[in-house]
Amino acid sequence: MADHLFEYTLRLGDNCLILGQRLAEWTGHAPILEEDLALGNLGLDLLGQARAFLTYAGKVEGKGRSEDDLAFLRDAHAFRNVSLVEQPNGDFGQTMARHLLFAGWYSLVLERLTQSQDSTLAAVAEKGVKEIAYHWRHAAEWTIRLGDGTDESHRRMQSGLHQVWGYTPELFRMDETDTAMLRAGVGADLAALQPAWDARIDAVLVEASLERPSSVTRSNGKQGVHSEHLGHMLSEMQFLQRAYPGMEW
Amino acid sequence: MVAATLHRLDDARVWRVLAEVCDPELPFLSVVDLGIVREVSLTGGVVRITPTYSGCPAAEVIGLAIANKLAEAGMNLRVETQLSPAWTTDWITEKGRETLLAHGIAPPPAASTDKHTLFADPPAVACPCCGSMDTERVSAFGATACKAMHRCLSCSEPFEAFKCL
Ligand SMILES: [Zn+2]
Repeated sequence: MADHLFEYTLRLGDNCLILGQRLAEWTGHAPILEEDLALGNLGLDLLGQARAFLTYAGKVEGKGRSEDDLAFLRDAHAFRNVSLVEQPNGDFGQTMARHLLFAGWYSLVLERLTQSQDSTLAAVAEKGVKEIAYHWRHAAEWTIRLGDGTDESHRRMQSGLHQVWGYTPELFRMDETDTAMLRAGVGADLAALQPAWDARIDAVLVEASLERPSSVTRSNGKQGVHSEHLGHMLSEMQFLQRAYPGMEW
Repeated sequence: MVAATLHRLDDARVWRVLAEVCDPELPFLSVVDLGIVREVSLTGGVVRITPTYSGCPAAEVIGLAIANKLAEAGMNLRVETQLSPAWTTDWITEKGRETLLAHGIAPPPAASTDKHTLFADPPAVACPCCGSMDTERVSAFGATACKAMHRCLSCSEPFEAFKCL
């Protein structure tokens, strides 16, 4: 049971950490100043949630690992984030497409987790759900603006959506850990979130004059099977702790 | 010794000390007016605070600043973080709202999480310079996690507004 809770909490934390890091890569590169700040802020929200989840995961595991140990001293195969969040930023349209699909799902997960029997997860979710509401709206507004914009912005938004869409089935696939956590009243019924997610995503795509892709990729990030992208990203994210173990400032 | 010190303490004195600690990102707003102090428990020897935003880089600094200020005042209290119930901008005090306004930051619209639906306009925010309601949001994200960027269409002044949470 504790193993499942550790695994489950790690997934939540890693989703936030990896996507937060991806968003931070935009700092200084966003198309406009407002977006540079926005992407940094979105990343910071996720990083804050990652810290809470990873600190708790370390406590549940009981081996004395801190949030930093978990973030900086694990190899790619030990990460439990869904594959969607490790996908490269691509252009701004692709980043917004990834964020739309993720925030649309994650906010539904957090809503369920506010009712979790696990009081720590419920508390982090209660805080997070309000923050992610901004993420969802931000990504949806940009998707509409770009999708329903110029020919070029429409083309890019549609292509960004195609790039990441295939990774969405993983979001709703229940495995042993998800089922155990659902039975214990701790976790969310991921499969049951699909209709609500479909509805809200479709509403945005219609408004944005974008086509809903149908591509599907069999991804298993949350079981630790990752694309090469994660390794490259970690080599940068973990560089300092790897080169100078225990370094602090 | 500790017990003796605590014995002479009363809640009001602790709250007065807390009222001198400010959020480093809003150096004119005390932690009390920001509404993050949940509880002062002299029997438990603890002050409980609630973080504002999950990713607020100031959160740890605030906890430390509170602990230091209390220690300076000879008050031996621990500072603990409590996540639930989650902090909301509704907890900013009336004085806190006035202080924000006086510093050119529009306080959050009263009573409420910004729950407006996707396709609706965000709630109107009054311009802190001229009071006009004819303002628009430039970006939901500003220089810090707690602020959004707006602009006044009457006096043309750009301004920051405290985000509703
Ligand atoms: Zn004005």
